[in-house]
Amino acid sequence: MNYTIALAGHPNSGKTTTFNRLVGGREKEGNWPGTTVERKDGRLSYQGQEISVVDLPGTYSLSDYSIDEQIAVQYLINEKPDVVAAVVDASHLERNLYLVVQLLEMGLNVILVLNMMDLARETGVDVNAVQLAEILKIPVVETVASRGHGISLLKDTILKAQGRKPEKLLIDYGELREGVVALENFLGPKEVIPGLNNRALAVKILEDEEDILQQLEHRQDFSTILQMRRGIEARLGKSAEMYIAERRYAFIKGLVKECAGHFMPIQERLTMSDKIDRVMTHRFGGIPIFLSMMYLLFSLVFKAGEPMVNGLDAGFTRLGRELAQFILAAGWPAWIGSFVSDGVIAGVGGVLSFLPYILLLFFGISILEDSGYLSRAAFIMDRAMHALGLHGKSFIPMLLGFGCNIPGIMATRTLSSHKDRILTILVLPLMSCAARLPVYTLFAGALFPRRQGEVVFSLYVLGIVLAIIMARIFRGFLFKEETAPLVMELPPYRMPNFRNTFFLMWLRAVLFIKKAGTLIFVAVVFIWALASLPVGVEYASEQSIIGQIGKFLAPALKPAGFGFWQAAVALLFGIFAKEAVIGSLATLYGVGEEGLTAVLPQYFTPLSGYAFLVMVLIYIPCLATVVVIKNETNGKWAALAVGYTIALGWLLSVGVYQVGRLIVG
Amino acid sequence: MNALEQVPDGQKVRVVKIDAGREMTTRLKHMGISEGDEINVLQNMNGPLIVGKGNLRLALGRGMGRKIWVEKL
Repeated sequence: MNYTIALAGHPNSGKTTTFNRLVGGREKEGNWPGTTVERKDGRLSYQGQEISVVDLPGTYSLSDYSIDEQIAVQYLINEKPDVVAAVVDASHLERNLYLVVQLLEMGLNVILVLNMMDLARETGVDVNAVQLAEILKIPVVETVASRGHGISLLKDTILKAQGRKPEKLLIDYGELREGVVALENFLGPKEVIPGLNNRALAVKILEDEEDILQQLEHRQDFSTILQMRRGIEARLGKSAEMYIAERRYAFIKGLVKECAGHFMPIQERLTMSDKIDRVMTHRFGGIPIFLSMMYLLFSLVFKAGEPMVNGLDAGFTRLGRELAQFILAAGWPAWIGSFVSDGVIAGVGGVLSFLPYILLLFFGISILEDSGYLSRAAFIMDRAMHALGLHGKSFIPMLLGFGCNIPGIMATRTLSSHKDRILTILVLPLMSCAARLPVYTLFAGALFPRRQGEVVFSLYVLGIVLAIIMARIFRGFLFKEETAPLVMELPPYRMPNFRNTFFLMWLRAVLFIKKAGTLIFVAVVFIWALASLPVGVEYASEQSIIGQIGKFLAPALKPAGFGFWQAAVALLFGIFAKEAVIGSLATLYGVGEEGLTAVLPQYFTPLSGYAFLVMVLIYIPCLATVVVIKNETNGKWAALAVGYTIALGWLLSVGVYQVGRLIVG
Repeated sequence: MNALEQVPDGQKVRVVKIDAGREMTTRLKHMGISEGDEINVLQNMNGPLIVGKGNLRLALGRGMGRKIWVEKL
């Protein structure tokens, strides 16, 4: 028998940490169907029982304001989990209990997890768990999930809660009391929406919950229901929805008064955290401090990561070469050697070589997040980013994108608004990543010998300008609503928990390899095949399939000044990895990479060379990036990212070349 | 009665009215600010604000301070 438990709670309540502690890495990530919201399913084995654990999106309530809340409500009604563990930040009981109250009204089998008990004690909050349990008539477990305290007790409680028959919680709705009863009676004795008791349904109807109302639309008595709702609200004389929220909070206030107290007087004085904030968010000092932090993060990920990545790269290249030689020596045909070294090893290497960046990135961001600084950073950048049509939290991902798009895209997980997240991801590839730099420097060195620096810099600036423009365009066409003004909780500063950080970092890395790895690997082998077929052809030559594709595409590149098949093939290889543009040009012209400096001016003029670089800047993110975009959002957005960058790249490189021709002649 | 945006650092105020539409108002409520609450203005950066209530700290971005009306305590 499948025993399922769902985890619900505020975004900052430690719900995810609790989930990780319960399933210990046995998790599957995906998306809630039809959405880009992450869904996490895990398994917990305890005392011989296998329990499915579902991590619901973090929500403040179960109304229908955001897609997260809609998903949570629909899941709870339709898939009726056996138990719901409500993870609550014990130091902010009043706010956190709202969700719990709604869960209890829905008649679910709830376990209250009082998490962050350490923080509660530190801030002088004293919670009487026993009394809470008595009044709410549910099991209550105290935990400090980040340190693992209380987790076994939680597991015990989960097991024992099996088969419990919960009572639905009845909140006194004051002036709406009669209205609720009338509506409930009208709905009848049988559950109108299976999985939701009629009283809770009546309250949701009065709250004007669109999602729920949609499910009732088909009913014959729907208009009567709406009429009743309007009548009840008219008699109330104010917004029923807000009144209902007020009544719930009134109940909670009473509850908290009974069950929690402060053993330190409520501090209205400045705490240590506030004092730190005076510096960190200082009007003038805040930004330099922030930029230093960003520099640190950037250095951590790329300066520390690069040697590792290069090491892995070199290691894999050597491995590939040695294997190829070995195969040759063993007398096997050359193509097997090529398959192994240019296909398989290159593929595996392609995936694993991103790993150091990913590990370091998640390590760095975890530290920033755990310590509490991340929310301050988003707050500081909010104004600047808003002027560009983006969210404050988009700054870090975009900054990271200058090193490598992949960590940048993964960093967008800190954005809670899905629309902002997708927007940032779409625009990120325009942040010129480090892999493109060798291409720029080579071309600039060959074609603009005295202006190398300016040329390269201009490309970076162009990327940023385009990102801003595209952000505005996308926001206008796809995400019509304005970013909501920022309202964000600033958690108190605290020392990050390193054990937790390492644990999370490791989890992420494994998941990355599993999800992205296979796809990237397949794609690399595919490109190898294109370059090696038909059989017997010289690798990546004009006669190979990829060469033929290049010849086919070449005319399209003529208006941009580089209508020859070698350029097309180089660009095709660049889809796999941007640095490959150089390597492939070298192969195609039969020179070493150093020789290219002499060869390039024979095929490119400075103008067509610049146009080529514009193309390299913009067109299609590298394959691995596309895969990650698809994994983090869905195929639709990945396709859009691919499509618009190719189109924009072509348009701009052609534009640059043609306009340049007019000016220079 | 003033917009929260105009309240200087260190002032303590009571929230009189939140003028931000249904969704935003409820969201503020869930995050801990409702009409009738007493809050401290910890930092006012000419628009963006950090306010405190008990041990809660909230950052309010551009524009939000204009939608919350308060009176001095």
